[in-house]
Amino acid sequence: MSVLHQFRDSTRAQAIIERIRGRSTGDISIMEFCGGHTVAIFRSGIRTVMPEHVRMLSGPGCPVCVTSNGDLDRAVALAKTPGVILTTYGDMLKVPGSRESLMQVRAQGYQVEIVYSTLDALKLAAAHPDREVVFFAIGFETTAPAAAAAVLQAQAKGVRNFSICSVMKLTIPGAKALLAMGEVKVDGVIGPGHVSSIIGSDAWRFLPEEYDIPVAISGFEPLDLLAATDAIMQMHEEKRPALVNSYSRVVRPEGNRKAWGAVERVFSLAEASWRGFGSIPESGLVLREEFSDFNADLRFDVTVEDSTEHPACRCGEVLRGVLTPPECSVFGTACTPESPLGPCMVSSEGSCAAYYHYQRQMA
Amino acid sequence: MCLAVPAKVLELRDDNMALVDISGTQREISLMVLDGDAAPGDFVLIHVGYAIEKIDEEEAARTLAMFEELSMLDEQLPEGEDPLA
Ligand code: SF4
Repeated sequence: MSVLHQFRDSTRAQAIIERIRGRSTGDISIMEFCGGHTVAIFRSGIRTVMPEHVRMLSGPGCPVCVTSNGDLDRAVALAKTPGVILTTYGDMLKVPGSRESLMQVRAQGYQVEIVYSTLDALKLAAAHPDREVVFFAIGFETTAPAAAAAVLQAQAKGVRNFSICSVMKLTIPGAKALLAMGEVKVDGVIGPGHVSSIIGSDAWRFLPEEYDIPVAISGFEPLDLLAATDAIMQMHEEKRPALVNSYSRVVRPEGNRKAWGAVERVFSLAEASWRGFGSIPESGLVLREEFSDFNADLRFDVTVEDSTEHPACRCGEVLRGVLTPPECSVFGTACTPESPLGPCMVSSEGSCAAYYHYQRQMA
Repeated sequence: MCLAVPAKVLELRDDNMALVDISGTQREISLMVLDGDAAPGDFVLIHVGYAIEKIDEEEAARTLAMFEELSMLDEQLPEGEDPLA
């Protein structure tokens, strides 16, 4: 694996940093759309070595964070439905819903299980034929194939006690909604590496072609992120917006057609509600009619009362890149990872959590 | 959430599954959505229990060589020294 470890090499990193420092872009705002990038940028200390005129912004790239409280409240109601075992990925449990989190629901005696994979949810369904296993599916394009594969496997094996409540979302409509709002100046975009491994780097061509915004698809190692940042700055400097793929060891122009094919077979596009953005047309994935047997929203009749947000929490603005976490009045005081008021402080890739863990130590 | 980790394929198993090594830990994962075949010795990227892409080591080496070339250029012109002076 040595060739892959070399993407952390500090001598090479230093050379790219020098090149970045030498560029004459003037003020430039670069946004990453992926929560994994947000964390990788903090952890590797890239923010601290950037010249002052380079602003690194975080966008709506954390699936846990963009899940609206209305959708989370629905998962809470499903978890309280008699006979149901609710399964989901880890970070979701601590997010405060309008009235309670899934963790609090579990403490009341309902069964809520964290799974690493949809494969585990299927195993749980096989082990408990008398129960109904519901998978609360969050995630973007990277994660959607795993949900699609689970439904296809459940169908092939005749599993009847497994269903999905899908609140999965697509990054491109999210990115377009953010740009349409025009609240933040985005001079360049670090394109999400693993989302692109599924949908292909070509999916991001609209940025240079329709918005004149340079984009560099990046991996998650320090060298990947530095090289992507440098490429964006060079394109900006030369006024030549284009698409650069700095993660070609994983990302192909056309992506993973097989994985995306499975997603398209099982799901269709629908309007979805995003925290901070409201409703975005054709930005969500819902089960196609032929898979209705696996659609938890159709199988269980749950009602959700009015959903509300914590009045002090400004996650919506953080997700739109218009507010940095320390600008929230309760950041680090009433809101900490131990007792979070909003999802951006819960999720391991939320901006508030990233600032809390990395930026405070530097101040 | 979209985090994916590199793993080495150790053994192919029934039902489109494979045993892989993720930095020293062995785990059974699914190859169901991988485009193309994987063989023992290949590196794949794992996300929530599924292999989503093969990692192209030659391409990785090419990318690194590109970085190398650029850093070599920088080495030829150390900071503060003007070669034309
Ligand atoms: S610091 Fe807490 S309350 Fe403020 S925006 Fe972040 S998650 Fe919300």
